[in-house]
Amino acid sequence: MENALIAPAEYFIFFIPTIVFSLLIPVIGVAIFTYIMALRTAPLIKAAPDNRFDRIPQRIYHVLKLWLGQYRQPRYRLAGVVHMMIFAGFLILSIRSCSLVIIGISENFVMLGFGGLLGDVYNFLKDYAATVVLVACGIAAYRRIVVKPARYAVPAKYGKDHTAEAVFVLGLISTLMISESLFEASSVAANVQNGLHAEFLAPASLAWLLKSALLSTPVETLQAVHIVAYYIHDLTFFFFLCFLPLGKHFHVITSLFNVFFMRIDRGNVKPVVYGIQDDQLDDLESFGVKKLEDFTWKHLLDFYSCADCGRCSDNCPANAVGRPLSPRFISIKGRDLIFKNYPIYPYGSRFKKSDALIGSIYEEDEIWSCTTCGACEQECPIGIEYIDKIVDLRRGMVDEGMVPQSLQKPLRALEKRGNPWGKMEKKRADWTKDLPEDVTVTDLGKGKDSAESLYFVDSITSYDDRMQEIGRATATILSRSGADVGILGKREKDSGNEIRRFGEEMLFQTMKEMNTDAIVDSGAKQIITADPHAYNALKNDYSGLPPVEHISQFIARNVKSGAIRLTGAAGDGKVYTYHDPCYLGRHNDVYEDPRTALDAIDGLKRVEMKRCRDRSFCCGGGGLMLFYEPEEEQRMGVLRVEMAAEAGADVIVTACPFCLVNMEDAIKVAGLEGKMEAIDLSELIVQHMQ
Amino acid sequence: MEILVCVKRVPDSAENEIEVNGEGSDIERDDLVYSVNEWDNYAVEEAIQIRDNVGGSVTVVTVGDDESEEVLRREMAMGVDKGLLLADDAFEGADGKGIAGLLKAAVEKGKYDLILSGAQADDGAAQVGGMLAAMLDYPYASLVNKIEVGDGKLTVGREIEGGDQEMNEIAMPCVLSIQTGINEPRYVGIRGIRKVASLEIPRLGAADLGVEAAAIGAKVKRLDYFVPEMGDGADMLEGSTEEIIAKLIELLKANGGLK
Repeated sequence: MENALIAPAEYFIFFIPTIVFSLLIPVIGVAIFTYIMALRTAPLIKAAPDNRFDRIPQRIYHVLKLWLGQYRQPRYRLAGVVHMMIFAGFLILSIRSCSLVIIGISENFVMLGFGGLLGDVYNFLKDYAATVVLVACGIAAYRRIVVKPARYAVPAKYGKDHTAEAVFVLGLISTLMISESLFEASSVAANVQNGLHAEFLAPASLAWLLKSALLSTPVETLQAVHIVAYYIHDLTFFFFLCFLPLGKHFHVITSLFNVFFMRIDRGNVKPVVYGIQDDQLDDLESFGVKKLEDFTWKHLLDFYSCADCGRCSDNCPANAVGRPLSPRFISIKGRDLIFKNYPIYPYGSRFKKSDALIGSIYEEDEIWSCTTCGACEQECPIGIEYIDKIVDLRRGMVDEGMVPQSLQKPLRALEKRGNPWGKMEKKRADWTKDLPEDVTVTDLGKGKDSAESLYFVDSITSYDDRMQEIGRATATILSRSGADVGILGKREKDSGNEIRRFGEEMLFQTMKEMNTDAIVDSGAKQIITADPHAYNALKNDYSGLPPVEHISQFIARNVKSGAIRLTGAAGDGKVYTYHDPCYLGRHNDVYEDPRTALDAIDGLKRVEMKRCRDRSFCCGGGGLMLFYEPEEEQRMGVLRVEMAAEAGADVIVTACPFCLVNMEDAIKVAGLEGKMEAIDLSELIVQHMQ
Repeated sequence: MEILVCVKRVPDSAENEIEVNGEGSDIERDDLVYSVNEWDNYAVEEAIQIRDNVGGSVTVVTVGDDESEEVLRREMAMGVDKGLLLADDAFEGADGKGIAGLLKAAVEKGKYDLILSGAQADDGAAQVGGMLAAMLDYPYASLVNKIEVGDGKLTVGREIEGGDQEMNEIAMPCVLSIQTGINEPRYVGIRGIRKVASLEIPRLGAADLGVEAAAIGAKVKRLDYFVPEMGDGADMLEGSTEEIIAKLIELLKANGGLK
């Protein structure tokens, strides 16, 4: 094909063939990139093991959905769509950018398979792709510079603002788009002027617009533009490649892998060390994460992958109430520490020795502030994990004795009495004394009787005066639905959901063993609980137990079968809203059953809060979190109660005793007594049972 | 610095419902759980911190029986170097003076610069620390809430009634009784205790200590043990929180406390 302009592969500047630059730039660029990537890989190799090569089909599915499909991006509508535009553009243009590098050496190079129709279609597409990316960069820059969404802000204690880096990269991307289009447009414009065959440019695309503007430009000028645009593109391309692993744009490279290796199960907690069985835990020298390399390689990959978008912290209840925790900065501080300890400049720098993380980049209160509600992980577009990191850091702190006094008391009581208040074991079944006469519950803890269904009550429902009402309501529902119900009585210990998540693994193991023995001895065929924390622990942390069901699932199932019939709510004049407990919703995907149960009450008026289902907002946390005294500006529960009021509700229905504690307290603190009430699902159902 | 910390195993008041037994000679001990006396934990933490700063070693000692080993292990899991159990059938029923005498004998078997005890025990009379100092003829400071280590001497802070603070200089060797709040004792979990489970804890009886049973026997004899009868002055309000508040306001108004 004849062209009016000389290609970069054939051009000379003062007797120097430009092909020299076409060769040097990629060689140097790839060399530097390889060097940086090798150093970035070093900490991953030194990190703790992680088990991420299982269930490959599931992992590929995640890649297709979250990475290629950008599934979570539109949860933030505008930013998400802009990101999808840039992402799709990058995918399309990656082929063009690679061919361009070779075109600098061999003018007529065509990527294998792109010679015929596919090539024509591709060329048409990539013109629009570049245009879309440039427009998206414009919108993104406007958001960064003018709109400044709050979630991008960097609080003073976490260092300097990150806007400059973001805008600089948008500039790089724009430069790539414009130079690529200019390179092509100048050639087409010159060919058109000389009456030669010209490449077809997609109408109204960036290249097409530039070509139209250049139609009357002298050919000598076009030649200069052609060559300069090419080398600007080439330089920017390799600069960008080497710049990616230096900051938050590392995600461009790592996100694919991060999504592939992301956690598959929810509700569970990683083992102390992958490959170490529970009965070998005593032999471990050290527990948990104390220094950087104690994290698993996937957790370090998480740090690399964080794009600093702030969605995690925007959804973090601890962050919302002013606790000293922002998940985003768990990642950013972790990443910056890797960069500092594994320096790439000057060449040959030694790796630095790792210090204790607590007291250097993380603070004790920061790590205790997390309620493990899981909102951050649910939101992260590329599957960065936080709960396991927090738990691992807590395991390290527990091992070093760094536990706040407010938590030491309940932990000691759990060790001695199996409940965090240190109440007597023999009083664990006392709540059954006030059951209605027709309701029978067998105490299996005495060892003689048996029952088909085991109601696992757990500590708060057994001992707290108010929460005992939930126990009685649950037992009533079970009994009146015809279930043969038993409880473990004094043989039941705390399920340990929070003991484990607060890093006291060995105490959790003790609780697990005692409960497992008691449950297996009872001979029960199924377990039912009204406490989502117990539900989660029994279902996801224990093994070898009969199937576990939450009372909301039991109700939904029995309403459907007709075993439970409910009277209507007509005329009570109340507006109900359902608050999704974290350990029922996000961690176990039980969203529908409690709503089905509520909607089975004919005429009950129900509204949804803005934050519901997988975006539910934590009430303040359960288990040991009730004892922790955090630094905070307000209570999570108060924010939640205000959200219910905003939705127009006057009754908050929960399905978790901890949610109920926190909501009832929050109603008082928020001064909404008399205007707002909180009730457990089981209590409401009992009121309506025929 | 060589530090000895005297600790005691007590029924934990937070995790027990204390009831007096039928004969009125003691509390009902069947269903009790025990732990280290809370004050002693602070003393041990302080000793460990001093050792970590200036070097030396920390030893914990208790007078008790086989079961008292549990509290020594817990303190050793905190980071204490050595444990010492003073146990003998002859020690049973010893009063404060008897215990102090046993501890004195233990102190004299070693070479300690500093001896710490808790300010008092949950089930005790806050007398052992002072008696021990007197028997050893060592200087003594009670209710200590701050310790700064100097050369051969210490600067110790004491809490004074009304929240005032007093600072004193005290020569070593000396005895200090430690107040809660002087530090934040570290956490010890099951894992920590298992780690020190196999460490040997020397056990000294009357003969090893060179004390005679007669010297230990209680000079103070407990006559009775009972829950005092509710006085007439106390008026227990009953009902829900709201009802109690309403009754209280009514009472205050009726007696002129509220106008």
